[in-house]
Amino acid sequence: MAVPISYNFRNLLVRKTTTLMTSLGVALTVAVLLGIGTLVEGLRTSLSSGGNPLHLIVMRQGSTAELVSITTREQYDVLKVNERVAQLEGQPMISHEVLSVVNLARRDDPESVSNISVRGLSEIGIRMREGAELVEGRWFRPGMREMVVGAGTHRGRAGTSIGDRIYFGRDDWEVVGVFSAGRSPFNSEIWVDSDLAGTDLGRGSSRSSILIRAADAGAASALQNVVAEDQRLGLEAEREDEYYAKQMQSAEPVRMLGVFVAIIMAVGSCFAAMNTMFAAVANRAREIGVLRLLGFSRFSILSSFMLESLMLSLLGGILGCLLVLPLNGIEGRIGNWVTFAETTFAFTLTPAYVAIGLAFAAAMGVVGGFIPARMAANKEVLHSLGDR
Amino acid sequence: MSKHLFLIGKNLRRNTRRTVLTILSSAISVFLIGSLLSVYGMLYEREVAEESALRLITRHKVSLTQALPYYYLERIKSVDGVGRVMPMNWFGGTYIDERPENMFARFAVDPEQVFDIFTEFSVPPEQLEAFKRDRQGLAVGRSIADKLGFTLGQRITIKGDIYPFDPEFTVRAIFEGQDDQQVFFHFKYLEESLDEEWGTQVGTFTVRLQSEDYATQVAREIDDMFRNAPEPTQTETEAAFQLSFISQLGNVKLFLLSIAGAIVFTMLLVSANTVAMSVRERTREIGVLKTLGFPSRSVLGLVLGEAVVIAIAGAVVGVALTFAVNAAMAGVSVQFMSGFSLPDWGVAVCFAMALVIGLGSSAVPAAVAARTKIVDALRHTG
Repeated sequence: MAVPISYNFRNLLVRKTTTLMTSLGVALTVAVLLGIGTLVEGLRTSLSSGGNPLHLIVMRQGSTAELVSITTREQYDVLKVNERVAQLEGQPMISHEVLSVVNLARRDDPESVSNISVRGLSEIGIRMREGAELVEGRWFRPGMREMVVGAGTHRGRAGTSIGDRIYFGRDDWEVVGVFSAGRSPFNSEIWVDSDLAGTDLGRGSSRSSILIRAADAGAASALQNVVAEDQRLGLEAEREDEYYAKQMQSAEPVRMLGVFVAIIMAVGSCFAAMNTMFAAVANRAREIGVLRLLGFSRFSILSSFMLESLMLSLLGGILGCLLVLPLNGIEGRIGNWVTFAETTFAFTLTPAYVAIGLAFAAAMGVVGGFIPARMAANKEVLHSLGDR
Repeated sequence: MSKHLFLIGKNLRRNTRRTVLTILSSAISVFLIGSLLSVYGMLYEREVAEESALRLITRHKVSLTQALPYYYLERIKSVDGVGRVMPMNWFGGTYIDERPENMFARFAVDPEQVFDIFTEFSVPPEQLEAFKRDRQGLAVGRSIADKLGFTLGQRITIKGDIYPFDPEFTVRAIFEGQDDQQVFFHFKYLEESLDEEWGTQVGTFTVRLQSEDYATQVAREIDDMFRNAPEPTQTETEAAFQLSFISQLGNVKLFLLSIAGAIVFTMLLVSANTVAMSVRERTREIGVLKTLGFPSRSVLGLVLGEAVVIAIAGAVVGVALTFAVNAAMAGVSVQFMSGFSLPDWGVAVCFAMALVIGLGSSAVPAAVAARTKIVDALRHTG
C-alpha cells in the first residue's frame, strides 16, 4: 500500500520556506537551460523560415557563404534559360544578387557597431521572397541609390529610418522604406538595387550568388545535378532551406555554454535537494517508524520520499518555466558566422522545451531524493521510534 | 576567540555530510562563476603582446568586406609617425575540410616586413630567408604547426573561397610567440594569381608606429587623408579592431551577466536554506550556550563564522577547479579564439562573492538564533 500523497503535500506545506527556497534553486537552474533554449529555438525558427525548399542558392564552387561567392553574368545567363526554372508572368524566377555588409551602430548603444548584410536584388528577387512586405515608405527604384531596410535592422540599428542616409559602396544611399519578412533572416538585411550596388562595389557585371525558384521539387534536385555536373560553370547549387539551416552553427558556442552551465548548476541543485530531503528524513524519523508500524512497507516509504522530492523539484521546474516566459517574443541578435553579419530573431519558448525543462527538474529531484529516501526506508522500526 | 574557532570546528563536524554537500555546492557555483569570468577574460582581457600597442589597422570605412586600393600604401607611409606599412589580406579558404581543427587564420602579407611589424614573433634567420625567397613559401605559427603536424618543406594546398584560386604552399618557416595561431604567405602570390577583374585589392593595411604616442594622431591623419576619396578608411588600434570583432557576436556581456546573476541567486538560496536548517536543528544547543553565559553576540558570531568557513572552503575548491579546467581547455579554440583565462580580479570576485553569499545567507538565521530566548530554546524539540 502506498503512503497517501497528501502526506507529502502537507509536509512540503509545513516547511514552506525550505520548500520554496529549494524549488527556487531548481527553478533558476531550469531557467538558465530554458533561457538558452529559447535563444537557440528562436534562431532556428528565424533561419528555418528563411528557406524555401524550391529555392536554390547558386554559388561558386567551394564558397560556403553568399558573401564570399562570385558568379558572373555569363553563368547567370546560362541558368536563366533552363526550362526547370519556374516562371512568373512569363519571366524566369531567377535573381542575380550581390551581398555585402555595412557597419551600423545600435540604436541604444552607439558604441556597439555590427555588420549588417546588404543585399542587392532585382524586382523579381523581391517577389520571390513571398513573405516580404513593405510596412513603411516604398520599395527602392532601380538605378537609384535607395535602400529598403528589414524590420529587425530598422528596430535595432541607428540611422535606418526613412530619410536617413547610409554610406555604402562609394556614396550615400537614402533609406526610402522598411519591409518585414515575418520571422525570416531577411528581416536583418538591407535591400538595394542589384545593378547599382554591383557597380558601386566594383564588381563589374559579376555578382555574389544566383537565387533560382525551381518549378517543382523534382526540378529542384534536377537543377542541382545539372549545376554540379557542368564543370564549365564551376558552380554549386544548394537548397535555400539547407543553406540557412547550416547557419545554426553560429549558436553552437552559446548552446554549449548554456548546457554546460545548466548541467553544473543541476549538480548544485541536486545537492540542495539532497540537503533538504536529508533534513526532511531526519526530522520525521519517528513518523517513519509509526508508518512502518502501521504496516507500510519499506518500498512504500522509499517511493513516498522519492515522490516528495519529485514534487519539490517539479514545483521548481514549473517556476523555472514561468521565469522564462517573459523572454518569449523578445527580439535578440546574434553574430552569424556564415553571413559575417548580424541575424535578428525572437526568443521562442516551445512546448518541447517546457517538457525538457520539467524533465530536467524531475531528474534533479530523483537524483537528489534517492539517497535520503533509501535512508528513510532502511531505518529500523524500533530505532526510529526511539529517536527523538 | 580560539574557543569560538573550536566551537565552529565542532559545529562543522556535527553533520559532516551536510557540510561537505554545502561546500561542494558552493564550490560548484564558484566554479561556474569562475568559468564565466574566464570566458569574459578570453574575450575582453586578452593578454596582448606589448608590441600590439604599436600597431594600427586601416580598413574600408563601410566594412571589412570592402577592399582598399593598393596605392594607399605609399600615402599612408608618408604620414608622420608611421614606421612601416604592409597590406594584410584575410584569405579564408579551407584546409582539407571544414572541421574546426583545420581552421586557422591565413593572411597574405609582405614577407619583407611581416616579422618587423609583428616583432613578438621570433623566427630563425635562415628560415626567414627561405620564406622570403620562395614566392609560394608559407610561414606557420608554432601552435598551428604543432597541432596539425606541419614540418619545414611540407607542401600544403588551401582551397580558396573569397579568392577564386587554390594556392599551393611550401612551409618555409615556423615562427613562435604569443598568439602564434596563424600563417603568413606572400601578398604577391595572391596578387599574381588573380585575374584583371580582381585588380590589386587590399583588405587591411597594418601600420607600425614609431611610437605608441602617435596612435590617435596618426589614425586621424590617415582617415582625414581619404575622407573624400571613393574608398574612405577607418583606422584604429589593433586592440580596438579585435574588440569590434567580439562586439559582432552579440551582446555577450549581458548574456554572461544574466547567467552569472542566476547562479549567484541560486547559490544564495541553497546556502541560506542549509544554514537555516542547521541553525533550527541546534536551537536547544544555542539555549544551552546562552545558559552557560555566552552572549548573543557570540552566538551570532558562531553561526556567521561557520558560514564564512564553508564559503571560503567552497571558493578555494571552486577556483582551483576553474584553473584546472582552463588548463585542460588550453588547446581548444572557438572560432579563432582560445585561452580561457581567469583574470586576477576574477579570483578576487569569486572569493568576495562566496563571502558575501556566506554572510548574506546566514544573516537571518544567525540573527534569529541570537535573539532566541533561553526558555524557548530549551523547550524546543526538533
